[in-house]
Amino acid sequence: MIPELGHLALIIALCMALSLALLPLWGSWRNHYHAMSMAPSLALGMCVFTALSFTALALAFVGDDFSVALVANHSNRLLPGAFKFSAVWGNHEGSLLLWVLVLSLWTSAVALFSTQLPLPVLARVLSVMGFISVGFLLFSLFTSNPFLRTLPAIPTEGNDLNPLLQDIGLVIHPPVLYMGYVGFSVAFAFAIAALLGGRLDASWARWSRPWTNTAWAFLSLGIMLGSWWAYYELGWGGWWFWDPVENASFMPWLAGTALVHSLAVTEKRGLFKSWTLLLAILTFSLSLLGTFLVRSGVLTSVHAFASDPSRGVFILLFLALVVGGSLTLYALRAPALQSRIRFAVLSRESLLLFNNLVFLVATLTVLFGTLFPLLMDALGQGKYSVGPPYFNIVFLPLMAVAMPMMGLGPISRWKQDSAQRWRRELLLPMAAALVVGALFPSLYQGSFNPAATLAVVLSSWLLLSMLKDCFVRTRSARGFIAGVRRQPLGYYGMMCAHLGFAVCVLGVVLTSQYAVEKDLKMSPGEQFELAGYRFQFDELAAVEGPNYLAEEGRFSVHREGLPPFKLSPQKRRYLASGQIMTEAAIDAGVFRDIFIALGEPIGEHAWAVRLHYKPFVRWIWGGAILIAFGGFLSVTDRRYRRAVRSGASASVLVEHGPA
Amino acid sequence: MARLNLFLPLVLFVALVLLLARGLKLDPQVLPSALIDKPMPQFRLPALGADKLLSRESIIGEPVLLNVWATWCISCRVEHPWLQRLAAVGVPIVGLNYKDQEQAALDWLQQLGDPYRLTIVDAEGSLGLDLGVYGAPETYLLDAGGVVRYRHTGIFDEVVWRQRIEPLYRQMLAAAAAGG
Repeated sequence: MIPELGHLALIIALCMALSLALLPLWGSWRNHYHAMSMAPSLALGMCVFTALSFTALALAFVGDDFSVALVANHSNRLLPGAFKFSAVWGNHEGSLLLWVLVLSLWTSAVALFSTQLPLPVLARVLSVMGFISVGFLLFSLFTSNPFLRTLPAIPTEGNDLNPLLQDIGLVIHPPVLYMGYVGFSVAFAFAIAALLGGRLDASWARWSRPWTNTAWAFLSLGIMLGSWWAYYELGWGGWWFWDPVENASFMPWLAGTALVHSLAVTEKRGLFKSWTLLLAILTFSLSLLGTFLVRSGVLTSVHAFASDPSRGVFILLFLALVVGGSLTLYALRAPALQSRIRFAVLSRESLLLFNNLVFLVATLTVLFGTLFPLLMDALGQGKYSVGPPYFNIVFLPLMAVAMPMMGLGPISRWKQDSAQRWRRELLLPMAAALVVGALFPSLYQGSFNPAATLAVVLSSWLLLSMLKDCFVRTRSARGFIAGVRRQPLGYYGMMCAHLGFAVCVLGVVLTSQYAVEKDLKMSPGEQFELAGYRFQFDELAAVEGPNYLAEEGRFSVHREGLPPFKLSPQKRRYLASGQIMTEAAIDAGVFRDIFIALGEPIGEHAWAVRLHYKPFVRWIWGGAILIAFGGFLSVTDRRYRRAVRSGASASVLVEHGPA
Repeated sequence: MARLNLFLPLVLFVALVLLLARGLKLDPQVLPSALIDKPMPQFRLPALGADKLLSRESIIGEPVLLNVWATWCISCRVEHPWLQRLAAVGVPIVGLNYKDQEQAALDWLQQLGDPYRLTIVDAEGSLGLDLGVYGAPETYLLDAGGVVRYRHTGIFDEVVWRQRIEPLYRQMLAAAAAGG
């Protein structure tokens, strides 16, 4: 009964989404007050019914209702409770329902927190989001209904969740990732509402900026969680594979990074208006494209969902409608004339434009690499796969040219700045960064490595120039503390995100340059020395988990002057599916990870064992967390609440005129 | 003129949609083998459950299916009943036990039945490498002269057999009958 109620709730949510997409939009066109003021309640109603539907599916999973086909295919009685719940989104249908739920949460958040917006703007924004919800609800109901029953032959036991997904990383990764992915729909909706309303001043940028920063922060966190999960769960010790599915979430992040910066220029200076609109459309389009790539089966990937041609056709049509429609609207209504606001070559505007250029090129590069196999196949040129070498070759230099500018950015002035001033303020940080870079090899006791040295120089440059900027900003105040307090939270958000970027770059480069790994054959009793650590294989044991049996290798790792520690990697066989999984054992540290994974048994007692020494690998995720935290911090800036209010009161008069 | 520039994103997007629409019709799972119409590579590997070495000559002589399988491969379990049915009607199938444990493989055949004439043990995946195996399961069709004529990746079932492999197989049988 409950699954049918869930299905019904989803249908009611669709009806509400449909009304939300049509009525307020019609109201804003005809200036009909009542039609427009229905938008927030419809948004909340849609959210409530989507949540009910999601709860119904979750109940079916938690209660082992194998009469629901989805539960029978993706869950099992032996599965631990938390994983039964996360199994809801461990499959195409359920994760799509999560997508819709997250979208309706964002829609109602806009409805609740944007009451100061002019009513026609709010009505248009919510209508656009309602329209997107209609598309995804139809997609769910017609091609991927999660509530299908397996009547009359109800299986007594389920097929189990893919063991790779039975992990805490997978419990939280998809919801956080979707919060980011889907959150860009708000920026998109604001852009479309601005184009529809024809009011293309800086106000839409001011309104959408906190939403965009929040979504961007969630996406940063989501990508980080995915990378961390891949690192410890896939058992290869890799943390980024340039896999199409990873790229699908990375492209919106890159475009979103450009958008976050471009919005700053549009809000503060009223510049780059058309450009920012286009970026807002592009970012959400890439989210939709990612959804298409992951769920249509056009590309092969390790973690794509089971594909079905009808689903591919549906999303492609929806993509064509949404993106094609918005780009047509953009072409017809975006301001085509050059802005009369001027800025000098040496100014903060130019630096942010440079940032936009770098991140747009990076986005297109990743897009091209991701679609290249498809392009060659479509042209009849045979099968290709594009691997990490391509992405590394084009991506790393882009980031290397972005970083010197990032150091200049915060300290630079709007409109016009001078090279002389930059030299005066930044000569010291630059010299200090070069010294740190020169000292690094001896500090780290490693050999000279050009890539590592470059990364150290650039990251220290970024850090030191920010410190200098902080100092410059606070020196005019009465005391340092007073100066620190005077800076808005948005400033600290930006600092934190930039710092996170530097930390992340250090982690990426140092791990790739200095990691040591070794595959070897080991039997209990043997030992091996790697990167100053002595790995001793103590014994092999059989272990029984809740829903798997495992062979566990017990190792102790010794290093002179430090207490030894134990690591126990496992090779698990999951009972329901018979799948074999490698469970790596990791000793995590700030400066290095020690990673042991069991390969295959060789002969009687010996095993293929993979030992890794990974310096600075935690910095990658630590940096990403700082980036996300910076994004969240910037949103708490008081300025936004004030700005929304004053913007609203100023615009009411305008809005009822020509619109 | 400036207005026309704003149409550029739309034009690029239309091109992208056309590409994606084309992509829906293509199947990325279809991987052509580098070995199509080339002779099966030579090998010397042990037979499963028997104390002897097999080579290329042990499996050729008539049209034969070469099925790559392993006990760790779930899809292999799915296609197993179909292999049993094919073997029952007399289609010769040679197994290639790929990167597997010998005892587990023997247990599997004992429990589920053995559709294979012979099973080659490729514990290290060396023959798999020469063949260009992408993952288990895969199924190859070899002609009487030991030349690879077709490769299927993924689950081999009745539909694949009827539509793609059986016509080739019948042709080979006819050719062998005419020639011999």
